[in-house]
Amino acid sequence: MTTLVEIRDIRKVYGHGETEVRALDGVSLDIAEGDFVAVMGPSGSGKSTFMNILGCLDVPTAGSYRLRGIEIGKLDRDTLALLRRHQLGFVFQGFNLLARTSALENCELPLLYQGVPGAERRKRAMEALDRVGLANRAHHLPNELSGGQQQRVAIARALVSRPAVILADEPTGNLDSTRSEEIMKLLVELNDKQRITIAMVTHEPDMAAYARRVVIFKDGRVVSDERKSGVVHAPLPEQGGAA
Amino acid sequence: MITTTFLMAITAIRRNAMRSFLTTLGVIIGVASVIAMVTLGRGATASVTNDISSLGNNMLIIVPGADRRFGSSSSAQPFTQNDVRAIREEVPAVALVAPTSGGAARIVYGNQNWSTGVTGADNSYLRVRNWVVELGREFTDGELRTGEAVCILGETPRRELFGAGDPIGEQIRVGTVSCEVIGVLESKGTSTFGEDQDDFILMPLVTFQRRISGNDNIGAILVSATEGVPTRDAQLDLIALLRQRRRIHVGDEDDFVVRDMQEIGQVVSTVTGVLTTLLGAIAAVSLLVGGIGIMNIMLVAVTERTREIGIRMAIGARAGDVLLQFLVEAITLSVLGGVMGIALGLLGSYGAATAFDLPWVPGLDVIVGSFVFSAFVGVFFGYYPAHKAAQLNPIEALRYE
Repeated sequence: MTTLVEIRDIRKVYGHGETEVRALDGVSLDIAEGDFVAVMGPSGSGKSTFMNILGCLDVPTAGSYRLRGIEIGKLDRDTLALLRRHQLGFVFQGFNLLARTSALENCELPLLYQGVPGAERRKRAMEALDRVGLANRAHHLPNELSGGQQQRVAIARALVSRPAVILADEPTGNLDSTRSEEIMKLLVELNDKQRITIAMVTHEPDMAAYARRVVIFKDGRVVSDERKSGVVHAPLPEQGGAA
Repeated sequence: MITTTFLMAITAIRRNAMRSFLTTLGVIIGVASVIAMVTLGRGATASVTNDISSLGNNMLIIVPGADRRFGSSSSAQPFTQNDVRAIREEVPAVALVAPTSGGAARIVYGNQNWSTGVTGADNSYLRVRNWVVELGREFTDGELRTGEAVCILGETPRRELFGAGDPIGEQIRVGTVSCEVIGVLESKGTSTFGEDQDDFILMPLVTFQRRISGNDNIGAILVSATEGVPTRDAQLDLIALLRQRRRIHVGDEDDFVVRDMQEIGQVVSTVTGVLTTLLGAIAAVSLLVGGIGIMNIMLVAVTERTREIGIRMAIGARAGDVLLQFLVEAITLSVLGGVMGIALGLLGSYGAATAFDLPWVPGLDVIVGSFVFSAFVGVFFGYYPAHKAAQLNPIEALRYE
């Protein structure tokens, strides 16, 4: 199986001198293609900083992070933006859809930045919405959708650019347990059937239970990294045969 | 990419239609006032120029009396028929010479009466002043020589005395003199200065001198310069001749004035031109203020849409993409304002021109100029907010509540 993310001893330090904060203090982690990683830890453990770096929104102070073999640490803002555009999809706790913009247009947005022509853009956005079961809500505005539906639109938006990794930051944090379960089942299905790699931050063990692997952070270090016996998952493809 | 950016800008503007309209209002008013001011100013210039040329082409007016700042003194000796003859014979720069004498009289026909100006002159007066006899005929040589009691009416006295009736061949009373109407002049209408140019009647000079003024005086001589000769040359020749004939010593002031109407026209055009520029410049300042309004709202929009900017950056927008988006939005707003302002300015100036009875002269240069200026206002005042948006940190922008 192919290694997508190679992180070696990354550090992130904010401030300096007496006010120095070591948000990440030597983290090494690999994520294979098709994996589903849950990142857990108390607040201040460095998991958000880790996700920001993983999402190419930030760069480490020291250490190496390779995404599909590309070293991130030395890139400038614009190149990082291009990496996010083509390699990453984001799902946020607060959904973060553009207000007063239809579900379809929200899904088209990443393709707009990729410069995909109008007709194909529309088609692919519709496909993505269909995959999350919301094709019939394509022309609804976010405020006409329930929280669960909004999060599905956000997942469709993350999917549409065919990213290497989907980064989900507390995707069920604003949802009740029924909706949370629906969202998690959707993520599991995408991971199982479409081989989409997912990294998810959560503080709820119930949600982490859906992942293949749970990484626990504390004080800027990884204190636990367990692969779960796949109860709900199809087996990972052990040999590198691309799906 | 630029078309999709443009579409995004349109979408953002439409999402906030009312506020967008209020934002552009400054530019709308700015552009509209530039266009209205310049268009009206040019209308006034055209109107004045038209008035001057309706007085007569290449016309010079010679009146007795020294050139005083507030009118000429009436004590100076009037011109005589000999002066007229001398001008005709000795000044080749002059093509036509029209001696005139004028006064005011009450004219009566049946039970209608009207107070008007009476001018004694010959047919060359019609040439010099560009008058056309619309109805009837001009004076005959015989009538002019012997001083027959005939007259040609301006449009105003014709209307006042005859209304819809045919005046030709009718006898009217001019002061105490009974007079046959032989013609009616084509109307020139009201001048820019509000003077009714049609309110007078013409009779042969000899008739006027004998029957109305009772002397041989010539009140004013109108001449037109020969085609191709600068009026300034004709003016100098006339001054030289008249100084000699009136025996004015070297160094003494002229006791007469030779006015060049074209020169006056040019001065007036220059003045209205300067006024037009000035009004346009003042209006352009309001356009600048409109630009500041756009900057203000764009700054508010950047703060308000911080989260949106964060989302776009997370999805893969580069700083340049965000800059372009907000810049295009500002330019679109100001250009929309410019287009609406052009429409409003043309409409407004058309209404005002009609109301003030001025010609409506919309200029392509002002329209294009104010359009380009409004686009420039968008770039200039949109850049700072757009730059601010582009410099946001995506992590902080996403966290912004």
